[in-house]
Amino acid sequence: MADTAGEKKEYWRWQENCWIDETKDWRAAKIITAGIDVGSVSSQAVICADGELYGFNSMRTGNNSPDSAKNAISGVLEKSGMKLEDVHYVVGTGYGRVNVPFAHKAITEIACHARGANYMGGNAVRTILDMGGQDCKAIHCDEKGKVTNFLMNDKCAAGTGRGMEVISDLMQIPIAELGARSFDVDEEPNAVSSVCVVFAKSEALGLLKAGYSKNKVVAAYCQAMAERVVSLLERIGVEKEFFITGGIAKNPGVVKRIEKLLGIQAVQTQYDSQIAGALGAALFGYTLMQKQGAPAKAA
Amino acid sequence: MIANYGYKDGSGEYYISIDTDKCIACTAGRTCLTACPKGMFEIITDDYDDEVAAVKQSFRRSLAFDCTGCKPAGGYSSLPCMTACTPGAIKHSW
Repeated sequence: MADTAGEKKEYWRWQENCWIDETKDWRAAKIITAGIDVGSVSSQAVICADGELYGFNSMRTGNNSPDSAKNAISGVLEKSGMKLEDVHYVVGTGYGRVNVPFAHKAITEIACHARGANYMGGNAVRTILDMGGQDCKAIHCDEKGKVTNFLMNDKCAAGTGRGMEVISDLMQIPIAELGARSFDVDEEPNAVSSVCVVFAKSEALGLLKAGYSKNKVVAAYCQAMAERVVSLLERIGVEKEFFITGGIAKNPGVVKRIEKLLGIQAVQTQYDSQIAGALGAALFGYTLMQKQGAPAKAA
Repeated sequence: MIANYGYKDGSGEYYISIDTDKCIACTAGRTCLTACPKGMFEIITDDYDDEVAAVKQSFRRSLAFDCTGCKPAGGYSSLPCMTACTPGAIKHSW
């Protein structure tokens, strides 16, 4: 689409989001912890007050992990009137976890997503699919959110958020509309055959030339993505309850197709699926603070 | 915990699984570290503060190639890492 005034529209650009729980007063909390998830595509900062979600900020990762971490937490701090010094413990996670300058500890996103999913989806959640920006993880956890089995695929971008962004731009359809548009087809197409996002892109162009509508191409891509992540899940097995985290969890075109392939429904949540890692990190921080006793200050 | 290191691509699935529950109290003296000709294993402190073996990050995307020398075509009848790991914590998916 075009561009009016020579400015190209960024169809892939998803909605950044900053929220705080207005019903809570962070000043009344004994322990305030933060989790910072610096991913390859998005960064999130979550603040927990006494182990309960208080606020979060979700934004696009820049080209510098420390700056992304600072920007992410600045948004939620400003909105709440809090200062970094008010946060007792900060845990970094995600691809850039070792580059969070004010973090006390770094924990892998695998453990943090499991912990976050346990909070968001309830302690009956046993299988988690994290569809991240540039990788995909299948995780099993116990009733406390402790990881019991995991695998990840970060070798290629097919089946990830970045892959969906590429298709969004290619089809010139805003990324938030892709899911709904994928159901607006006369018949469900076969999945695009390629497992690589680069080849999937050329295959999608081929389908357009063969007369497929844009919606049908998107449906074929959503189906391919679903099949790809389900094959990953099948390697560790799927136990109820099943929960999806990451940005793709907001795409019903992929989620519904995953559910159909697995024959089970994913647990619904009131929370933003993208904050699971940062939320888990903040909860880890809370547990560590409880063990340590006296509150510290942010590093 | 079962930790799967590796990937799936168009040619197949290549994962090395480490059962950390068997690995924590290693009775084999961490011989996996020296048994692998490529030195692919390291001891890490995981997210739950347990010291366990893991596949080094630099090898996780190239297992199909890095492990080739130890597969039957490379002259081995059993994998050195699995043989060295007497608790049976290490497994290959291919």
